[in-house]
This record gives sequence, C-alpha cells and structure tokens, in this order.
Amino acid sequence: MLDFIIGKYNYWIYILLMMIGFYAMIGKKNLMKKIIGMNIFQTATILYYVSIAYKKGATLPILSHADAHGMQSAIDAANYINPLPHVLMLTAIVVMVATLGVAVAILIMIYRKYNTLEEDEILEAEK
Amino acid sequence: MIDQIPVLVIIIPLLCSVITPLLGLIRKNLCYPWVIFALAASTLCSLMLLFNVMDTGVIHYHLGNWNPPVGIEYVIDHLNAMVLVMIAATALCVAIYSRKSVEQELPGKSVFFYTVFLLQVTGMLGIVITGDMFNLYVFLEVASIAGYALIAAGEGKAPLASFRYIIMGTVGASFYLLAVGYLYIKTGSLNMADLSRILPHVIESKTIIIALAMFMIGTAIKMGLFPFHAWLPDAYTEAPTTVSSLMAPLFTKVASYVMIRLVITVFYPSIFSEIFPVTEIMTWIVFAGILYAGVMALAQTDIKRMFTYLIVAEIGYIMIGICSANKVGLTGSILHIFNDILMMACLFTALGAIYYKTGTRDVYKLTFLHRKMPITLAVFLVGALSVMGVPPFCGFFSKWYLILGAIEADKFQLVIVLLISSLISAVLFFRIIENAYIEPREEGDHHDDHDHGHVEPKAIIDMDEAPVSMLIPMVAIAVSIILFGVFSGSIVENIIDKVLPQALFLL
Repeated sequence: MLDFIIGKYNYWIYILLMMIGFYAMIGKKNLMKKIIGMNIFQTATILYYVSIAYKKGATLPILSHADAHGMQSAIDAANYINPLPHVLMLTAIVVMVATLGVAVAILIMIYRKYNTLEEDEILEAEK
Repeated sequence: MIDQIPVLVIIIPLLCSVITPLLGLIRKNLCYPWVIFALAASTLCSLMLLFNVMDTGVIHYHLGNWNPPVGIEYVIDHLNAMVLVMIAATALCVAIYSRKSVEQELPGKSVFFYTVFLLQVTGMLGIVITGDMFNLYVFLEVASIAGYALIAAGEGKAPLASFRYIIMGTVGASFYLLAVGYLYIKTGSLNMADLSRILPHVIESKTIIIALAMFMIGTAIKMGLFPFHAWLPDAYTEAPTTVSSLMAPLFTKVASYVMIRLVITVFYPSIFSEIFPVTEIMTWIVFAGILYAGVMALAQTDIKRMFTYLIVAEIGYIMIGICSANKVGLTGSILHIFNDILMMACLFTALGAIYYKTGTRDVYKLTFLHRKMPITLAVFLVGALSVMGVPPFCGFFSKWYLILGAIEADKFQLVIVLLISSLISAVLFFRIIENAYIEPREEGDHHDDHDHGHVEPKAIIDMDEAPVSMLIPMVAIAVSIILFGVFSGSIVENIIDKVLPQALFLL
C-alpha cells in the first residue's frame, strides 16, 4: 500500500494539484483566484505528461558522442527519456498562456464595468 | 496545387486572419471584402475536396511530408468533407450577413472583430479536418479562445458570461488533453487511424476506459451537453448578433462531430454497449437534459435565450443517436449535425435581423412584424418548422432516423422524450409566430360595426425590411434547409452510408 503511494508519488501530486485547481475554480469567490485555480489545473496536466515520459536512470534524447560514420546508430531506447510528451507540452504551455491572456483581458473588462472582482458583488450589481 | 487543397482549407483563413489587422491600418472598410474573399476561397477549396472525396475516396494529406504516425496527418473522408463544406459555407453566409450588424453593435472595432472571426473559423475547420488527436486539441483551443474573445465583445453581462465560458471550456479542454495522454501511454500513438488499429487489442484495459470517460466529459463540456451546459445560454445570449450566428450553429456541432469521430473512428460503437455500459447512464442523462432544456426554453421571454436552450435540446438529439449505438441511430446523429447547423444559422440570423431593425428580442413585442419584415419572418418560419420537424424541411428526416435508431436499440424513453421535445418546440414557435403574424384586435372593434369611417391603424405600418446584405445569406440558408430536406435521401446514401459501414457494428 505504502509502495503504491510512494512509488507513484508524481501521479498522486498531479491528482492533488488538479483537485486544488478544481477547488479554487468552484469554491473561491474572487475571479482572479478562479483564474489561478484554472492555471493550477492546467499545470497538473503538464505534470502528468512530463511524468509519463520519465524513466529512471535515463537521460535526455540527445546523442552526445555519435560518430560521423553512423557506427553508433543502434540506440538503446531504454536509456533515453521519451521526448514526445515533452514536446506536446510545449504546445500545451502556449495554449495555456493564450488562455491566461484572454482570461486576464476579460477580467480587466469586468473590473472596469463593476469596479470589483468579487463574484457575489458582481451578481448583486447585476440585479 | 491540386494536391495541396487539404491544407489550403486551413491556411487561407489563417493567413488572411493575420493580414486583416494590417489591411485595417490602411483602410478599415477593406476588412469586410477581405474576410468574404478568404471564406469564399476556403469554401471553394472544401467543395473541391468534397467532390474529390466522392470521386476517389478518402484523402490522406501528410503535413510536411512526414509519414504518420510520426507526422501530423489530415484525413478527409465523406463525413468531414461534408462538415467542412457546411462550416465554410455557413461562415461565409454569416460573414456577408455581418456587415450592418457589426457597424451597429461594434462601432470602430470591426478590424479586430474580423481578425478573430477568421481565426475562429480556422479553428473549427482544423478540428474537423485533422486526423491527429493532439492536433485536434490545438485547433479546439484556437477555436475556443477566439470564441471567448468574440463573446466578450458583447454588451451587458457579456464579459462575465465569457469568463464563465473560459473556466468551463478550459476544464473541458484539459480533460480532453488528459484523455489523449491516457491513450498515448497505452498505445504509443496519437494518430486516429493508428489508434483504431491498436485499441481493439487493449480495449479491456482500465486506462482506456478512463480515457474514454475523460473524452466524454471533455467533449460534453465543449458541446454543451446537459449537465455541463451552464456556460451556453449566458454566453450565446450576451454575444453580439454576428458572433452568436456564427458560434451557435457551428461550435457546438463541431464538438458533436468530435464525439462522433471518436465513436466511429477511434473507438468502435459497440464498446459502449459491451465493455463499458456508458449508454445506460447517458440515456437517462440525455432524457433529463432534453426535458430540462424544453422546460427552460418555455420559461424564457427573450427569444435569443429561448433558442440557446433549444441548442441544448438539439445537442441532446445528437446524443440520442450515439446512445443508440447502431447504424440507424448514428445516421440520424450525423444527419442532425448537418441539419442543425442550417436550422440554427437560419433562426439566429433571422432573429439578428429582427433585433437589428426593432432593437428588441422580446416575444411579446413582435406585433405587426409580418407587415414590417415579411421576408425575414418567412425565413424564420422555415427554420421554425424545420426545428419542429415538419416533413418537407430537413429537421424531420434526422428526427425520423433518430427515432428509428432508438426503437432498434430498445430505448423507448428516448423516443418519448424526442416527441415531447418536438411538441414543446411547436408550442415555443407558435407563441412567436402568433405574436408576429396575428394582429391584435382593435379596442372596441365589436361594438362599432356600423362605424366604417375611421382609418385603420394597421394601414400606417410600412414595410421596413432588413438590408439586402442580411437578406441574401438568410434566404440562401432557408433555401438550403428545404433542399437538404428534399435531398436527404441522397445525402444519407452518398455521404453517411460511406462512413458507417455495416462492419463497424459487428465487432
């Protein structure tokens, strides 16, 4: 049981982060805190992707001393980290930044309109 | 050149959207013809793709000449060729329609509006054309982020509605991304065709079932399916007219397309009934969702808000076919995607024209409208009759297939709820039609029969029709609703039957 928790601690942290993000998005009244929660949620996804690519004792997928004649072209894949999930996450980070940018811009619009970022005060003003 | 058409469908609106702000620096009113040019070119390319696919079969396009599963692949079969044409053509119609409405609602912002408008169409076309799971995620977010920005441009509560949409939409997209990750660790592939080859061997695994569950949640949020629909009514009601005319017909339907693509291409339909009894749960959720949407729609007096609940119900209809998980039901779902794009485009553009002229969307303030705007109301009537499911219009045929599919799958509660919902939409639309067409009786009409001398007040009301740039696309959409109804048999035969081979259901 302990092994199940400690051995896969990165996955547990990913789930924990995701739940923190969810809590902030649902439970917090301040809209900025909701955005922070959203960001934590997305970051949890990135942690998940990074950990599925990781192998113990493996290194970066860069051939440091491959010779020019291609003699060492037979590579043992077990020695290298899977680069693909990491590359996917570069794109996901870009998406994350774009979402954050649009969200914050809309937050500015909301602040100019209602002069507050507290959800209950905004709903009060809407009535 | 002819080989490169699949990528041109995406590249043309993408590049044109980048160029739009530069054109706006020179002259602001260049943007409108530029957008129409871009979308017309994209429509032309997608039409050529459709004819190519119908002649020669499925087209595979390898981006940058990297072979799949390493590279990104665009796959165009009969289904997505048709959806591409529908998206590009509807977007073109809405772009032509947008001119006056944007001038009225977004004065001075037209340059940025058209930039984001093209970007959103790019995203939606990309979702449909791609054959790669991760690429689909990227396009999904391009379309969504453009959508958030467009909705926030509206008045009133629009920024708040858009903010809620951002939170919900991001959760949906993250679930989709996680599902892709779960599929990747089990299969080692991101290519849809590759996945469908590998998945049957590992389908019993818990990882795949979790991936499927996350897909369902992620896509359901994006398509506004019942328990996840909370963002939809606010966002589409507060958005500017043009934006809701673009997003309401297209975006939810594109997300439904993703759902159907996953069901028929990546997974196979019978997984739902055999390995993971998701349809049992989904059936009752859809049942509750359609009823809820119908009741909520009845409670509204703002017509646009009423229609947004109608979208929630229509998404429920599409899910009926997926819950049935048989050939007839899925035929109905796919046909309903095509039809619903047209019906919603018709209703939202007609409503937008009424709002443009009268400045109101209240059901009870439409009196004498048939004298002021006869053509707009006729277009509206075509859309309304189609949503109700009156035979010559296209809505009837997809509902017919959906009912047959539900009966075949022994899910009679879905048949009942579909019929109830059709009746509810009849009530809804007759309330609008009654207020718009039937003139109120004059006060004291009954006791002065002998007094013929006074001037009838209705003679004062002149025709005040929407501008031509609005009427042409509206009439085009209304005509295509009738054409899609009349030719629905050949659409099913030439397009839907090709993507739903019988073998799909025998596994």
